Amino acid sequence: MRHTISVLVENRYGELARIVELFSARGYNIESLTVAETLDSSVSRLTVVTSGDDRTIQQIVRQLKRLVRVLEVTDLNGFERVERETVLLNVAISDHAALQQLMPLVSENQVRVVEVMADGVIVEATAEWAQIREIVQKLTALGIRGMARTGTVALAKHMPQTSDGIVRAAETTTS
Amino acid sequence: MPQMKSSATRQEAAAARLAVEPVSQTPPQPISGARILCEALVREGVDTLFGYPGGAILPIYDELARMREQLHHVLVRHEQGAVHMAEGYSKATGKVGVVLVTSGPGATNAVTGIANAYMDSTPIVVITGQVPRKLIGTDAFQEVDTVGITRPCTKYNYMVRNVTELAPIVHEAFHLARSGRPGPVLIDIPKDVTQEIILFDSPADVCVSGYRPETHANSEDVESAVEKILAAERPVLYVGGGVIHSGAADELLELAQMLGQPVTLTLMALGCFPPGHSLSLGMLGMHGMYAANMAVSEADVLVAIGARFDDRVTGKIDKFAPHAEIVHIDIDPSSVHKNVRAHFPLLGDAKTVLRQMLQALRRKVKPGPERLGAWWKQIREWQKHAPLFFECSTDVIKPQELCAQLYSVTNGEAIIATDVGQHQMWLAQFYGFRGPRQSITSGGLGAMGFGFPAAIGAQIAHPDRQVIAFVGDGGFQMTAQELSTAVQYKTNTKVVIMNNNYLGMVRQWQDLFFKHNYSSVDMEGNPDFVKLAEAYGAKGLRATHPSELRDVLERGLSTPGVVVMDIWVTKEENVYPIIPPGAAAREMILE
Repeated sequence: MRHTISVLVENRYGELARIVELFSARGYNIESLTVAETLDSSVSRLTVVTSGDDRTIQQIVRQLKRLVRVLEVTDLNGFERVERETVLLNVAISDHAALQQLMPLVSENQVRVVEVMADGVIVEATAEWAQIREIVQKLTALGIRGMARTGTVALAKHMPQTSDGIVRAAETTTS
Repeated sequence: MPQMKSSATRQEAAAARLAVEPVSQTPPQPISGARILCEALVREGVDTLFGYPGGAILPIYDELARMREQLHHVLVRHEQGAVHMAEGYSKATGKVGVVLVTSGPGATNAVTGIANAYMDSTPIVVITGQVPRKLIGTDAFQEVDTVGITRPCTKYNYMVRNVTELAPIVHEAFHLARSGRPGPVLIDIPKDVTQEIILFDSPADVCVSGYRPETHANSEDVESAVEKILAAERPVLYVGGGVIHSGAADELLELAQMLGQPVTLTLMALGCFPPGHSLSLGMLGMHGMYAANMAVSEADVLVAIGARFDDRVTGKIDKFAPHAEIVHIDIDPSSVHKNVRAHFPLLGDAKTVLRQMLQALRRKVKPGPERLGAWWKQIREWQKHAPLFFECSTDVIKPQELCAQLYSVTNGEAIIATDVGQHQMWLAQFYGFRGPRQSITSGGLGAMGFGFPAAIGAQIAHPDRQVIAFVGDGGFQMTAQELSTAVQYKTNTKVVIMNNNYLGMVRQWQDLFFKHNYSSVDMEGNPDFVKLAEAYGAKGLRATHPSELRDVLERGLSTPGVVVMDIWVTKEENVYPIIPPGAAAREMILE
């Protein structure tokens, strides 16, 4: 099963490598991985999408927690959450018919045209993983010349406990 | 479930700060990075380092020469030996072992030792030199990505990018190495960092906010585990190296006696329970006792204490303790449920958790000994059915006889370090280690060449004790050059070579599992080990016949200085019992 795991880690040299190496060394799979600073620049949030049976996922969480600089690990599958991924697609528009195929996607706000070239467009879509897959499928018919995806980011609606990153950020902003 | 790891941060940091003695109250002095490092080591209580100099680490060696009074440096002959020595030193004392090597090949040679310490959770700190900062990433002379290479085999590692970070990193490294589940920590220091001069006065401040090792188990969990253990009809206590790390042998003995339940030890736990005790079933696992493995197979409650369900213990995992509910005491949450699902996980330090259990037990009515009567009757039958045995010979020295004689000559009180293989298993079977920290072995990694340098390290830690490297003829040759080190530092390290002119365990597997097709296991090029010893200025003795064995051991062990005893044993003897790899405990081959 697909799981989205959120990791707060000290923003230090080599910590990302340590996490990525843990996945490869222990044979866990990474479907996508995003990393960026939190409000507190000394803490990074990683969002890892991985898959495996419950036992594997639990083991991944425990192994991540074992890392010295990891502050918090949350398997977000246990929580109500918002998940988003952004994709940029370079789509060929060779004729009027192609444009006609693209237009419904634009009018339904599934994609946004961000650049228009002589022979095509670059569109952007931000949606859940499954929707992105659908959009990509639809546009494949037109001819996708290039694609870049960010990987999933996710946030729980109600975090179970205040995370370390947020505590620190709050301290920073109030002081 | 998400877990907060930050709440105790400041408290911990404060405690850690207190643990580090402040430097003198004098005003800031201009001081080099190398000096800062050496003083930090002294503050951590280090008095011995094992190492090998080279270009990138020269400024530290320059400083060491001025600090001879406080820091005794042991010059090894190969960096792998340095790490094994530090591990032997640590295993024999419980202190953190320290290694100092240069960049590039110095660091890569150390990797086997570091990986060994990682697998066996030994607290060591490895300091590696690195090329100057401005040369990093340029493929400079003797540059390797030491931090990258050692990341998967260290508990944590550092590159010191600024001399002001140096002292805090050193103190943090020692804190990480010795706390929680212990392990190796590496500090990579660019040469120019050690040469930089700064005004330095601040004592170190240790703060690792995401790191809070478990100590006490949840008391409700302890309560329900204890109730389960008391209700057991066929219980077994399965004890691992964690009990030695946490110094919990006394608590274990008290618990076992209070419960009247059988105890079986892993290889890493040998010495933490009296070998002749009526509750002792001996070692379990691939070459463990028949009764121990059968008891685990039939157990209804299995209490794992500081053990990690290694495949050499469990054999086929789904046939391991199939009827048992499992209580798992471990300090490392990632060890719990890793290989076997635990019904009662108790996260914490073995000593603390055992004390919690003892306390809980004292409040409870213990069932009388008759409750486990049927279980013990069954166990005694297993013990009678397949005790350890070997056929004595008057023509050739049996390896098992060698181990038994070694036990008899040393009264079971020696510190003995081994490599991996047949000699290691026979010693585990036939040498009843009387106390913890006497058995020093390469368990998880199974590294040939570990035993001899580990013995030198243990001997340097305990100059007055009988320390023996018990090794095979193959493994000894992987680090035999350390004879030079053992002699240079006038140690009393003794080497007993169980010499069968074969890579015995590999030969045994080829015999049993590859239709006796021997492939590259014959060590026909072996040197004359007596002459080899003499070449290094050590004493060499040889026993080739049972009639010479006792005398050689007695003379060799009582002769001061380094002595190598070359004991010729049966060429083709197999270790029994054996659970074939991947098989269930019940499929044990007894002979």
